[in-house]
Amino acid sequence: MPDTQALVSEFVLKLKRRKVEGSHATARQTAELLRSVISQQRIPHTNQAAHLIEAVKVVGEQLISANPVELAVGNIVRRVLHIIREEDLSLATTAVGGLGLSADSDDDEDAERDDRTLLSATAVAAASRSTLRAPALHTLLEDIPDSAAAPHTPSSGGESEGKSKSDKSVRSRKLKHDVIEAINELLEDIDTCHEQIAEQAVEHIHQNEVILTLGRSRTVMEFLCAAKEKKRSFRVFVAEGAPRYQGHVLAKELVARGLQTTVITDSAVFAMISRVNMVIVGAHAIMANGGVIAPVGLNMVALAAQRHAVPFVVVAGSHKLCPLYPHNPEVLLNDLRSPSELLDFGEFSDCMDYGIGSGAPLHVVNPAFDYVPPKLVSLFITDTGGHNPSYMYRLIADYYSADDFVVQRRTALGS
Amino acid sequence: MGKKKQVTKIDADEAEYHPRLQAVLLADDFAAEKFQPISLERPKVLFPLVHNPMIDYTLAWLREEGVREVYVVCCSHSKQVIEYLKKSEWLSVPGFTVTILENRGCASVGDALRFVYQAEVIHGDFVLVSGDIVTNMNLTNAIKVHRDRKKKDSNAIMTMVIKKPKPLRTEQTSKDKLVLGADRNSETSMDGLVMGIDCKTKKLLHYGVNIFTETYIPDKELLLDNPNFEVHSEQEDCHIDICSPVVLSLFADNFHYQHLRRHLVKGLLDDDVMGYKLFTYEIHPSRYAARVDDFKSYDTISKDVIQRWTYPFVPDIQFSIKCAVEQGSDGIFKGSDVQISSSAHVGPDTYVGNGTSIGDFSKVSNSVIGKGCCIGSNVKIENSYIWDNVTVQNGCQLNNAFVCDGVVIKSGVALEPGVVLSFKVVVGAKSPIIPAYSKVSLHPQPTNQDSDEELEQLTSRFSDIAEVGVSGDGYYFWSDTPSPEPEMLPAAEIISDDESFDSDKDHYFDLEVAETILRAALESEALDDLKTEVTALRLSYNMTPLNCAGAVFSAVMKLALQTPYGTKGELLKSVVIIITTWRDLLKHYIYSIDEQFESIMKFEEMCSDSARDFAPLFEPILLELYDKDVLDEETILSWASEKDGADASDKVFVNKAQNFIKWLKEAEVEDEEQ
Repeated sequence: MPDTQALVSEFVLKLKRRKVEGSHATARQTAELLRSVISQQRIPHTNQAAHLIEAVKVVGEQLISANPVELAVGNIVRRVLHIIREEDLSLATTAVGGLGLSADSDDDEDAERDDRTLLSATAVAAASRSTLRAPALHTLLEDIPDSAAAPHTPSSGGESEGKSKSDKSVRSRKLKHDVIEAINELLEDIDTCHEQIAEQAVEHIHQNEVILTLGRSRTVMEFLCAAKEKKRSFRVFVAEGAPRYQGHVLAKELVARGLQTTVITDSAVFAMISRVNMVIVGAHAIMANGGVIAPVGLNMVALAAQRHAVPFVVVAGSHKLCPLYPHNPEVLLNDLRSPSELLDFGEFSDCMDYGIGSGAPLHVVNPAFDYVPPKLVSLFITDTGGHNPSYMYRLIADYYSADDFVVQRRTALGS
Repeated sequence: MGKKKQVTKIDADEAEYHPRLQAVLLADDFAAEKFQPISLERPKVLFPLVHNPMIDYTLAWLREEGVREVYVVCCSHSKQVIEYLKKSEWLSVPGFTVTILENRGCASVGDALRFVYQAEVIHGDFVLVSGDIVTNMNLTNAIKVHRDRKKKDSNAIMTMVIKKPKPLRTEQTSKDKLVLGADRNSETSMDGLVMGIDCKTKKLLHYGVNIFTETYIPDKELLLDNPNFEVHSEQEDCHIDICSPVVLSLFADNFHYQHLRRHLVKGLLDDDVMGYKLFTYEIHPSRYAARVDDFKSYDTISKDVIQRWTYPFVPDIQFSIKCAVEQGSDGIFKGSDVQISSSAHVGPDTYVGNGTSIGDFSKVSNSVIGKGCCIGSNVKIENSYIWDNVTVQNGCQLNNAFVCDGVVIKSGVALEPGVVLSFKVVVGAKSPIIPAYSKVSLHPQPTNQDSDEELEQLTSRFSDIAEVGVSGDGYYFWSDTPSPEPEMLPAAEIISDDESFDSDKDHYFDLEVAETILRAALESEALDDLKTEVTALRLSYNMTPLNCAGAVFSAVMKLALQTPYGTKGELLKSVVIIITTWRDLLKHYIYSIDEQFESIMKFEEMCSDSARDFAPLFEPILLELYDKDVLDEETILSWASEKDGADASDKVFVNKAQNFIKWLKEAEVEDEEQ
């Protein structure tokens, strides 16, 4: 598959160079890439799901290692893996149901058959979800057909065997088709997450409130604008978000939409927080423990909000939900950027030179992200509604299967 | 490659509209002597700069900036470069073709560009860089500017990228805009580049490096023709050029052109028969661009990389080699499998490569340690560059050292500052101290003489191994002035990159003398032989004894200058050593008052011009010369009194030496009283 390989390496390159900005764009592009990988992937008749998973894992591993800080990549890879598992599971149960029926009664009552398959598929999926750990893939693929085949073989011998074979080839095509279909849905979800979140705005923003935000987040902007469109009148304080000053951009956009906007410096946050009714911010990623990786400066805002008992609300699409637990996130999940965002090169050259002055030279550290611990977050608003930080792990169990937390292909399989 | 040519030819028709951006990358800077002795064994572009070889920085940047085809011109050490490129993933990046053009015969940029011209691969505007550029500038914009300009004026054939360097530490007295003193602070590593630029059109009107004259006075005509003339002495040339294909044919037509800056640029500026114009493009101040030129710039650029000015080209973002590097909150880069003892202290701004181990109670700060190194316990490493697979045994001390691959430093060795250890040198235990700023290599220094005598000396040096300690292994390599490979380049091309073209004879004579003395220094030639040689040179160049005195003086002083040094104190130390060693020679040639006078003038000139690092040390060095009887007080006083009437700019050094002169005067008065 030379085509996809080129696509993959191009995307890996972009990720490596930090050319893809923002987790939304990253998530979208990752999903599109994986879709084309899956559609180009040739799969054998047996064990197709395992093959697909393998293929996605190979690509996923490259993508994740290209920029480990951009968690959205890993999230989407895991979501796709989960999709494959789910689809395979539902297909397997369909097949089981179909086989079982064909063994019982040969040709009548299509309606009943549909009902039963539907039921069983959801039942199995639900069961796997509730246990959080889905049944191992091999048992799904091998055991179930066997156990299903066992009761009916005595009644009708050769005929049903032929039928199951043809079923399988249909299944292989169907699996790919279903997976692609599901990825399309995922893409749609990613695209519409802003609107979905924004719909909930009126429930949270009330008349004459004062909202504070920091930096620029598209989700936040749409959230605020949605409330404005519903004729709520409220004021927004925008902290400028040094050193990139994306807050200035947001403020301009908000004013253009007719919101009452005030720009404040980051350092004025604590002074202003007592007048604020709610803090609404975007996030870079939400971890499984409910902690947030967010643009730098937000931890300070969260602490200020806590001090004055102001609700701290994080709005984020579900693609930002990461199934991993953070370990030392201030360092490991951070991206140190160029000091030139703070200072022009050479501005303080006389204290940055080595060997000339005595003592250590001036250092400039420019981290991109902050980690906000879960206890500081009052509410998460995702496209599925508002959630408590402690509920995040449940959401994650819905979106990801536990097998995929570590995306690493097994070394034994090499193709 | 043949196939590729066809493809590009088809594309050439489209090139006017949708050009595939091409770049020519020179994997050789034709000035290898700056990094001798290391560059004898490895091409400069493959030197590791913090984490990646230098060429990776340039290639990664070109790829990032949308260049589609890169032609890497390999000259000296071409095998190593090609081998490296083949091993790396550069040759297999989709949408980015790297083609190797190998020609070992090239001895200059001119040769290389003529070779590229003959290869007929360049069909449109191209980017010309050498493989030692570290930058994250926005090329796309520069190219757009270049193309727009070219559309309006097809004679705009080249855009040179310039940048404001780190500002000077002292306020520059640039009130008088047109006449700029060359007296600059010694700390800035600038080469005295003066550019005349039309501030509206960005057209380059003058490009010169002032070594001989202290001031640059533009032609009246130039001023009359260009009302927007601006003189810049603070801009730095990034050595990134966007060129039209015409540039290549210009080189092909003028086969004597060797250097891009010195010949082509100068030629086009001086001779406007063709009407070709050069322009400049200043990069955004937040972007970074620098060229690794010598040990000093290697040091500063490494530090800039560690401090992330070159983002995204920093070690923890993998842009070429696949291996994980992390930067901790303390600003330390660590590769994978790094073992650092918990009692070891690894300081800020440090990079530790993959698989390196650091033992108990060792201290590392402001340093780069490559892959697979083994650092023992109680080792102290400061401000040093250690490449791959180096073993430093217990209790060693390294300060401002430059240590190449495979070096072994046995326990208890303390290296003096500025020592350069080339590949696989072994420094034994209980060795006498290697003098500061000396360079040690297994390779003998290349010299122009291939006589038997020299071979003898080589072997004798081998037995001198004791100097590098018990079970040590290495030559002393005193490369004070770079020693050229004479069959490749005429001497003038090497010593300094840019000098004006008049007073060639004087200059060549000075260079010859400098070389002779350098060689003598390296081979510990007998003093009498040296004297004969220098005198012979003087006669053959038809120079006066006065000229000769100046030349000898400056050559000796340069010996001190060429060794790497960090602080003024270290420089002074080496000056003292040099003056003591060469006292006899100096006294022989600098005898009469006139000759002494000439020497002081020469020294003044050096301080303000070619060797500004001496400037802050003017007084102590003068004192040293006086102490060693090279100069006597009469001369110094007459020099001082002669300067009395001169204007302020001439008196800079008299003022510097004020205390000393005062002391001399007082001593004189006392003598008289007695």
